[in-house]
Amino acid sequence: MFTILDLVQPDNLAEAYQILSDKRNNTILGGCAFLKMGKKRINTGVDLTKLKLNYIQETDGFIEIGAMTSLRDIETHPLLTEHYNGVLPQSLRDIIGVQFRNGVTVGASVYSKYGFSDLITALLSLDTEVELFKAGRMPLADFLSKPKEKDLLVRLWIKKTKRQASYLSFRNSASDYAVLNVAVSMLNNRWTIAVGARPSKAAIAISASALLSLEGATSETIEEAAKRTSEELSFGTNTRGTATYRKALCRALVKRGIMEVLACKSN
Amino acid sequence: MQIELTINDKAVKWEVANDEFLADTLRSHGFLSVKKACDTSCCGLCTVWMDGKSMLSCSVLSLRAHGKKITTIEGLPKEAEEFAQILSAEGAEQCGFCSPGFIMSVLAMKNELVNPTEEEIIHYLTGNLCRCTGYMGQLRAIKIYLGVA
Ligand SMILES: Cc1cc2nc3c(=O)[nH]c(=O)nc-3n(C[C@H](O)[C@H](O)[C@H](O)COP(=O)(O)OP(=O)(O)OC[C@H]3O[C@@H](n4cnc5c(N)ncnc54)[C@H](O)[C@@H]3O)c2cc1C
Ligand code: FES
Ligand code: FES
Repeated sequence: MFTILDLVQPDNLAEAYQILSDKRNNTILGGCAFLKMGKKRINTGVDLTKLKLNYIQETDGFIEIGAMTSLRDIETHPLLTEHYNGVLPQSLRDIIGVQFRNGVTVGASVYSKYGFSDLITALLSLDTEVELFKAGRMPLADFLSKPKEKDLLVRLWIKKTKRQASYLSFRNSASDYAVLNVAVSMLNNRWTIAVGARPSKAAIAISASALLSLEGATSETIEEAAKRTSEELSFGTNTRGTATYRKALCRALVKRGIMEVLACKSN
Repeated sequence: MQIELTINDKAVKWEVANDEFLADTLRSHGFLSVKKACDTSCCGLCTVWMDGKSMLSCSVLSLRAHGKKITTIEGLPKEAEEFAQILSAEGAEQCGFCSPGFIMSVLAMKNELVNPTEEEIIHYLTGNLCRCTGYMGQLRAIKIYLGVA
């Protein structure tokens, strides 16, 4: 079980960041469900409750999501159920249960870059930017490829567009971590294919996405894009599945994802 | 630190440790309906409401209850008894250890979903595990309780 020696509830972000940086073991407290599973000895726990980071709103053509927003709020908020074919709510629905999703936060879920993450894969298929207190605002893909640095994730920005999207995951049993997950999206015939739980963190299949964008989605290019995704991304083995199994799953899920997006378009 | 909260409509001031979890605080103050089983967010036995939303009290820091309205099954005797009677009539209870958390989730679902389908009911309750029954009795009981049988 983790321990927290001191606790602070800063009044502003600068103070929160300062305390976080003061000592190696000072730690931001999100919903604490994941922290609780470890044995970390936290010197000062930084509780962001007073910073009012629990919100979802529309700002200048973006959907803005505060770091302390719960996964359940994302799942049920009209802005997110009504955009991108509800791909974000869809990605969250199999994470444990409602009570769990009421407690865990989006900031922790994205900042931690968990390989198994359902949310990150779905966000990666959209035009998502991450705003960190020190490192500033950057595309989610850039954040994921950066080495991990101590920072405070403040909010997410998702460009509000008519992007059509679809999310699929394969689980050995309900509410277990995904063996593999896939999100596919399309805006003005430009496609994005993201694959997560490989089991390493989610990544965009750049070549396969470009193929569909350049040549359009026909039965041949869909087959080719699914195959190319499974070849250009790497897969690993863990207790949930082997690399070979994941590669085969990837091909099937990507194909289904593309078909689902096409079905959205014709609706 | 000291937290001020409302527990089952009664205002209280409690002293809690920085790393104390709500399930432990509630149990130490006599709210023994709140069970702890997995203690890793997986079983739903510790479900209580925070400002009307169901939460896993084993995984929520007690300090987060400051200024909030916490409800345990002790605070909902009428609703709990009504549903528990249907549960037992449908043979959906054996050891009963999962029942308080399960009932809190069912009551939260009743407040949140209007005329849910069977699929919506099952999905809403995936976070509540029961090691004794096969869930079918519980599903029958819920449908009767919600009038969607
Ligand atoms: C049993 C279990 C099963 C799970 N299953 C799944 C699953 O199937 N799919 C899935 O996608 N996810 C799953 N998760 C992960 C979950 O969805 C959350 O992402 C995770 O619990 C972290 O959220 P939290 O609010 O609990 O974070 P915490 O435990 O509070 O924090 C986690 C880390 O993030 C840091 N942190 C918190 N907030 C910030 C911030 N704003 N800026 C910078 N750092 C921050 C903390 O310091 C800590 O290091 C699971 C988690 C658990 C415990
Ligand atoms: S004891 Fe809280 S979820 Fe199992
Ligand atoms: S009745 Fe025994 S765990 Fe559910």
